[in-house]
Amino acid sequence: MADNMTGGDRREPTVIVDDAHVVYRIQQSATPGTGSPLASFKRLVTGTKPATMREVHAIKGVSFIAYKGEAVGLIGTNGSGKSTLLRAIAGLLPVERGAIYAAGQPSLLGVSAALMNDLPGERNVVLGCLAMGMTPAEVKAKTKDIIDFSGINERGDFSSLPMRTYSSGMGARLRFAIAAAKQHDVLLIDEALATGDAKFRRRSEQRVRDLRAQAGTVFLVSHSEQSIRDTCERAIWLESGLIRADGATDDVLKEYEAYVKR
Amino acid sequence: MPQTAVAGSDTGMTLKELARRHGLSAAGKLPSLPEYTRQLWAYRYFIASYANAKVSSSLGKTRLGVFWQVLTPLINAAVYYVIFGVILNTKSGVDNFVAYLCTGVFIFGFTQSTVSAGIQAISGNLGLIRALHFPRASLPLAITVVEIRNTLASLAVLIVIVLGFGEPITLEWLLILPIFLVQSVFNAGLALAGARLGSKIPDVRNLIPFIMRMWLYFSAVLYPVTRFTDHLSGWKLHVVEANPMLVFIDLMRHALMEDVPLAASPTVMWLEAIAWTAVVGLGGYVYFWRGEKGYGRG
Repeated sequence: MADNMTGGDRREPTVIVDDAHVVYRIQQSATPGTGSPLASFKRLVTGTKPATMREVHAIKGVSFIAYKGEAVGLIGTNGSGKSTLLRAIAGLLPVERGAIYAAGQPSLLGVSAALMNDLPGERNVVLGCLAMGMTPAEVKAKTKDIIDFSGINERGDFSSLPMRTYSSGMGARLRFAIAAAKQHDVLLIDEALATGDAKFRRRSEQRVRDLRAQAGTVFLVSHSEQSIRDTCERAIWLESGLIRADGATDDVLKEYEAYVKR
Repeated sequence: MPQTAVAGSDTGMTLKELARRHGLSAAGKLPSLPEYTRQLWAYRYFIASYANAKVSSSLGKTRLGVFWQVLTPLINAAVYYVIFGVILNTKSGVDNFVAYLCTGVFIFGFTQSTVSAGIQAISGNLGLIRALHFPRASLPLAITVVEIRNTLASLAVLIVIVLGFGEPITLEWLLILPIFLVQSVFNAGLALAGARLGSKIPDVRNLIPFIMRMWLYFSAVLYPVTRFTDHLSGWKLHVVEANPMLVFIDLMRHALMEDVPLAASPTVMWLEAIAWTAVVGLGGYVYFWRGEKGYGRG
């Protein structure tokens, strides 16, 4: 990590995470004993925090710098805080302590990104592009490319059918295609590449390389070690909200594999 | 470099300095109000297309589709006509009670549906908010646009009803448009404020039906405004008559009908309407903007 900091003078940083902590506050549905009207009334009167409010310390002080043109893979076991970290970088979750600085507005692309399921794919493309701030003229020019790239029309005219009729893979491909249509300074990808078939995966990995070549930074969260190996030259290994390793993908993956197999 | 060395956070200072040197901004910083307004203007196409999408996805699954936009107000008017016009045969001192009633119901319905949809503008779209970056005010504004579209259909039905019950077309009908515009801005303010409130305190949604019903009874929709003058006096009457919904409804009645009892002179009511709209429209916008970075979190 020390060489990353000194290297900052030569390369241009795009994302700086400075001792970031993220805490989730979860309002649970009533557990026995706390959910009665009388108990809630007592809480209101005495002004105590509801017992159903629980805190989860998901990121416990993470610091790193990512540079222009870099693709960083985030790895870690389930629940290690990878997705939380991405959402914090995207500015969708507040940091409890520390700070996260980014060039421009990072865009998070996740498999759960919801568009309007009752509308046809085509209209979702238009809506998604407009929501990313494109002008109607740009959208018009790009719609066909996006649908072609997503490949949803390979088996008949699916782009005019409502998105709820799509398979989960098709939906994920379309969402990735929409988000990748725009030039992002910082693109955060959460498992999106893992959902497509082999053919789409190759195409999307090519698109990630293109995005990086156009001087952007790409973060990739994936459980597929292969897709991390193929797209990223740097990897950060998170475990229980802390960085276990940060460095060249091969080294970090080797360590990680040894940890998982144990 | 400014000498602000903090003990024990040497690396922290370096990172902060580095971020400043390269012009990186902290995630989740609130844009200034003019900047926010400019961003929102750039997203006008998104607002329009989102409103369209909202209408087609809500009507897309019904068999009659867009026809429901006209059918809903028609049925609404029919229900009130059957109860008050046929069964109860209420007149309550108003010559053309059905037209009087329908105007009240439709104008109140505009604000009512905007508020109840606006409350869920943020909490019902968390998926979209968490996936994409856009000025969040686009969502309540798009919902206001949807309701404006629905109300335009209602207004057409209302005009047919009012004409059918024997009101003549006069020059005052030209006032329909400005009243509608002023009310739309008022509603947008309510939708914005409601959206933030609904995202912060989900419990508000359960209270809205009661608040709206209370407001309905205070707005002289189902009975003439003269009931208030008969039973109240002094400051109580002033408070009741300052109700913005009462003002909008009375203005619309004044524009559409001849010889209607009004709460105050039209000039006074126009001033009240504009004052309310300025306060609620601007206030709602500023209130929503201040919460911009908190939407979709947690």
